[in-house]
Amino acid sequence: MNPFSEKTMEQIAAIIKKYPEGKHKSALLPVLHLAQRERNGYLSVETMNEVAAMLNLEPVEVYEVATFYSMFNLQPVGRFVLEVCRTSPCCIVGGEQIMDYLKQKLSISEGETTPDGLFTIKPMECLGSCGTGPVLQILEKFYENLTEAKIDEIIADCKQQHAVLN
Amino acid sequence: MPQKIFLEHTGKADLTQIEHYLKFGGYSSVAKALNTLTPEEVVAEVKKSGLRGRGGAGFSTGMKWSFLDKKSGNPAYLVCNADESEPGTFKDRYLMEFNPHMLLEGMIVSAYALAANTAYIYIRGEYWYLIDILEKAIAQAHAKGFLGKNILGKPYSLEIYVHPGAGAYICGEETALLESLEGKRGNPRIKPPFPAVYGLYGCPTVVNNVETLAAVPWIINNGSAAYATIGIGASTGTKLISACGNVKKRGVYEIELGLPVEEFIFSDEYCGGMANGKKLKACVPGGSSVPVLPAHLLLKTEKGEPRLLTYESLADGGFKTGSMLGSGGFIVYDHEQCMVRNTWNFTRFYRHESCGQCSPCREGTGWMEKILYKIETGKGNMADIDLLWDIQRRIEGNTICPLGDAAAWPVASAIRHFRHEFEWHVTNPAEATKPGAVYNGNLLSVV
Repeated sequence: MNPFSEKTMEQIAAIIKKYPEGKHKSALLPVLHLAQRERNGYLSVETMNEVAAMLNLEPVEVYEVATFYSMFNLQPVGRFVLEVCRTSPCCIVGGEQIMDYLKQKLSISEGETTPDGLFTIKPMECLGSCGTGPVLQILEKFYENLTEAKIDEIIADCKQQHAVLN
Repeated sequence: MPQKIFLEHTGKADLTQIEHYLKFGGYSSVAKALNTLTPEEVVAEVKKSGLRGRGGAGFSTGMKWSFLDKKSGNPAYLVCNADESEPGTFKDRYLMEFNPHMLLEGMIVSAYALAANTAYIYIRGEYWYLIDILEKAIAQAHAKGFLGKNILGKPYSLEIYVHPGAGAYICGEETALLESLEGKRGNPRIKPPFPAVYGLYGCPTVVNNVETLAAVPWIINNGSAAYATIGIGASTGTKLISACGNVKKRGVYEIELGLPVEEFIFSDEYCGGMANGKKLKACVPGGSSVPVLPAHLLLKTEKGEPRLLTYESLADGGFKTGSMLGSGGFIVYDHEQCMVRNTWNFTRFYRHESCGQCSPCREGTGWMEKILYKIETGKGNMADIDLLWDIQRRIEGNTICPLGDAAAWPVASAIRHFRHEFEWHVTNPAEATKPGAVYNGNLLSVV
């Protein structure tokens, strides 16, 4: 496994400084976010062990936290994780139909990844975007007021982005 | 014109830029507090203003501050709860996106009142893009001398840091939030001791919601008496209401507490009425945890008085015929929405979000979801409805934190007000399970 990039290591050092001396465990959540981003969108046991060593924690302290929070993926995921809100305020304005359309379009179910490794559909509980639902998120970006046409666009954009980067 | 505190200048300029914020008198409360008021006087002002916690509990903010243990010898902390995760609620996101300096200004004055030199903004991880906005605002405030060592040349110093969560509704509960901020699972702590005595790192801590803290500058600038004249009775000031669901204009609105619910839903100034010409069936007025109300009880209390957007009016009638103002997450349902499906949806949420510490909540939310799914898919029987009632009753009040209550109330209120709809699913499974099928037998409550 490649070590974390210099930039990530600098960011981690800056994060640790936000907390009082001896309270570096507080850095765990933000560091896990960075680690996940750098390691293909998921936290392997090796990555978690590495974070544990970096923050001087027992590995189990990292596992028990990583397994608690829904933004952390513990299994390999697709290049684009489509986090789709499935909670009531989105559902009553067409969220269920959007989820159905997405599953049909990608020919996968909730929680699955397309065979080409590009897309994962991850159902999420309320994303705090109820006024602009149905909504999905890819990393920090919100895609709001979703329609089937917008889904088509998002998927096409992701494929194009993938083609350009490869 | 109704008084606006948070959104008066949003839209007029890009308030994420400190120069613009300063033009509208921004940060003047920091100078006023540090130059003319003692910390105790700031606490007294906030107490007198009647400001109540805007995260949902509605507890007096000044009172909460006055509980802070000053004699422990440990440093005090101020923590801003920006974990906004209550379904239907997106007001803090709006405030932080469009008026981040108002939050920072409120935090500086509040931290001064609490003699805290370090403050954290715990923001839900899904709001990642806001971290950048907040950190830029913090850097700008630093550059102008409102943060850092010896603020405005006075012997008071403060640093504010932003800390992301990672997707856990429970971390909006203040002790779970503190656990999470310490790098642990978000398991709520047993209270007492309260955070005011044993909070972050075991030190005295105050945890306040974004909107609560952002109200403080106005109170300090204009005085507690002026703030207390806005609103009705013990519901003083303005409140952000995030409207969603089947209304014409979803969005975040600032209202003076006391606005009639009917006006909020139907006036063009706010939600503009129901979307697509449909009828109002029900509403969850304060975020998913508060009891759902059928239309007739939403617009008028049992006594026939107009229902107002205040803590007291929304609670009028208790849980039998009332609800709660909660976080201001206002979810509106039209007559084509199925209350059984919606209750199942909410319960799935609580099952997913239960931290698992207390068995009534961990097991109860799972059982409720299974039974609701059974009824929703046409496989339920009448005894299941009573069983649901029994389970929710055994969760309520029997858990460490209020998530158990929050999971029980939507189920209890749905059965209380829409029992006929549950029964229809049991007696007419073939019809009830058709896509989009909704009970139409009793539209008495539809307005």
